[in-house]
Amino acid sequence: MSSIIKEADQIDKLIQLASTASFEARELSGSQAVLEACIAEGVDTIFGYPGGAIMPIYDALYDCHDRLKHVLVRHEQGGIHAGQGYARSSGKVGVVFATSGPGATNLVTGLADAMIDSTPLVCITGQVFAHLLGTDAFQETDVINITTPVTKWNYQITDATEIPHVLSKAFYIAGSGRPGPVLIDISKNAQIQKFNYEGYTKCNHIRSYRPKPIVRKEYIEAAAQLINDAKKPFVIFGQGVILGRAEKEFKAFIEKGGLPAAWTILGLSALPTDHPQNVGMLGMHGNYGPNVLTNECDVLIAVGMRFDDRVTGRLDKYAKQAKIIHLDIDPAEINKNVTATVPVWGDCKETLPLLTQLIQEKQHKEWLALFNQYTKDEQDAVIHAEIHPTQGELTMGEVIQLLNELTDGNAIIVTDVGQHQMVACRYAKFNETKSNITSGGLGTMGFALPAAIGAKFGAQHRTVVAVIGDGGFQMTLQEMGTIMQTGLNVKILILNNRFLGMVRQWQELFNDRRYSFVDIQSPDFVQLAKAYGIDGASISDRDLLKNGLQKMLDHDGSYLLEVMVGKENNVFPMVPQGCSVSEIRLK
Amino acid sequence: MKKEYTITVYTENQVGLLNRIAIIFSRRKINIDSLNVSPSEVESIHRFTIVINETVEVVRKLCLQIEKQVEVLKAYYNTNDEIIWQEMALYKVPTDAVAEKLKVERLLREYGARAVVIRKDYTIFETTGHREETDRLVQFLEPYGLIEFVRTARIAIIKASSGFHEKIREFEAVEPAEELIENEFLDKGQAVFTM
Repeated sequence: MSSIIKEADQIDKLIQLASTASFEARELSGSQAVLEACIAEGVDTIFGYPGGAIMPIYDALYDCHDRLKHVLVRHEQGGIHAGQGYARSSGKVGVVFATSGPGATNLVTGLADAMIDSTPLVCITGQVFAHLLGTDAFQETDVINITTPVTKWNYQITDATEIPHVLSKAFYIAGSGRPGPVLIDISKNAQIQKFNYEGYTKCNHIRSYRPKPIVRKEYIEAAAQLINDAKKPFVIFGQGVILGRAEKEFKAFIEKGGLPAAWTILGLSALPTDHPQNVGMLGMHGNYGPNVLTNECDVLIAVGMRFDDRVTGRLDKYAKQAKIIHLDIDPAEINKNVTATVPVWGDCKETLPLLTQLIQEKQHKEWLALFNQYTKDEQDAVIHAEIHPTQGELTMGEVIQLLNELTDGNAIIVTDVGQHQMVACRYAKFNETKSNITSGGLGTMGFALPAAIGAKFGAQHRTVVAVIGDGGFQMTLQEMGTIMQTGLNVKILILNNRFLGMVRQWQELFNDRRYSFVDIQSPDFVQLAKAYGIDGASISDRDLLKNGLQKMLDHDGSYLLEVMVGKENNVFPMVPQGCSVSEIRLK
Repeated sequence: MKKEYTITVYTENQVGLLNRIAIIFSRRKINIDSLNVSPSEVESIHRFTIVINETVEVVRKLCLQIEKQVEVLKAYYNTNDEIIWQEMALYKVPTDAVAEKLKVERLLREYGARAVVIRKDYTIFETTGHREETDRLVQFLEPYGLIEFVRTARIAIIKASSGFHEKIREFEAVEPAEELIENEFLDKGQAVFTM
């Protein structure tokens, strides 16, 4: 009798075992499920900061640290910018952890930055217990509603069983279509709650979400026709080329058509700097030729860019003579600022090869020569004096020029916001894609240092140089603590002009030199770095510059180099606000 | 030129989506004249009807921004001549005014008003119609002691909407919506462990 019962028991157990093996069903806490999701999505690095409401996730992380690297930042804003830097250098989704309340609100700047620059992020914030929601509990804020305008998608989880499929949706939404930040707010009870975990399935479809519009052949044909008929075609490209991983397809396209191509600052590095058809930078501080000739081309081909006001200047005088072809993955971008003659919806990875097939092999030699003529004018009026000065104070341009020589254009350059950003983007040389990381749309000062940390984690084999102004550095310099603790090798190059330079330049040009609160004092950056165990030096002498930069690059580990540059140097050329791109000033 | 447009949006049933859609308008400082959100003919799919006064260019861009939201299936915009629309209204008036004044009775009949509640002290009428019609009736009833008045948002049917009904049925048949989990812990209070 008893043996029969035993046998039945055993069979039951076997059946149970078999079923758990096939469904992987096992009891997990919500926190463990969050980490399982990260592992299944191939996440290797998480940037974060613990706190009360996210403690269960950090507790689970304690058992996972061999499979998930966690980088402890010094401020949640630093964490999210690091996540952005990681995403931009690696092409993967950046992951950020923060606690409820202040932890979550500190993410907002980074979310807004990632939203406007289309950076894929999954941010996980802790939230108070579900039954405390709406009671003004300790460290409770309405994170979902605060972050709604600055996230591509957000969701609050109050039940652990939701975690696997919500996180799979989060990673899918963040990384697909036009990428963007996603925030998942998880209440503490859901983190603790045990549930029957049935494994993780990656999401690849949501019925109400169409990441890529359907490519319409007739528009490709119409676009090819316009390009083939064009006498003066001009390509302008943005980050869409990088996000679409379409660098090769883009190069093949412009090479077959003999098309001159200019970039927005987020498109920078998608095409090597020394490519003969790379005619330079667009926009307010862009190059002379691309700006002036925007208003002379007959067909303007915009690839993965969104006609930002800093690129277009005055819209009613922007490329009015040209027929416009706009390739974009986001239908809401087409006809938003500039009306397209031919809209080409779709991922440029798909649309560019289709277009390349249909265009004729051409060389627009005379037209390209015109760009070169403008480049020469700009060389004489601006560039030469900026990058090869022989006397006077150091210029930002010569620092970047020397950096190019020493790195041979192979470094990742992360910039902050302001004059140094414009100079670095104008003069830095890039051979590889995903090498230029900057806060473009939002213009977030303080972005560079944490983003450089993230960029290094995302591309560990590459040299990462953060080029930062004296103002921006002081906004997030606490992240030197993160460098200290992780032993990371990031080069910090501070271009110090002892002013908030970009605002000062505007005050000089447009406010009669009324320098209102732009005269910023700085601490001894080298001493400060030393306190964090980071070696450094300060240079104000031209003769020492090359060696100083070489020493920074050769140094084993992070290094801070402060270069004292001219106090009142301006960035030119410049399209003043409210002016047309053809009214660009050389001085 | 600014004009009245009716925007129809089909969405998933998701907490917070109303806010996500509302801020697309408020961010651009556009006032929503009327807003109705209710379940559509297909379970789990909701329908927004939004009325604004704007230029066609602005409305077109708004619809693209709305459609860009992950949980939005589709957004349409229509001018008034492309839709059939109604608003419902309730009027509370003193019963003696209706009973004794012939004019009131005739007018209520003219407007197709239907009595919902009749009490000794007051009567509640209901009408459906366009906003101007409702406005006119309110104006008329005011001197007779209108006690309270309320109206709904506009609901509208697109005249040329042959396709979408089938489409959303298809959506739901192929991929039934996920079940919405609401905050079941909110009322448990003390029963849940806190730190």
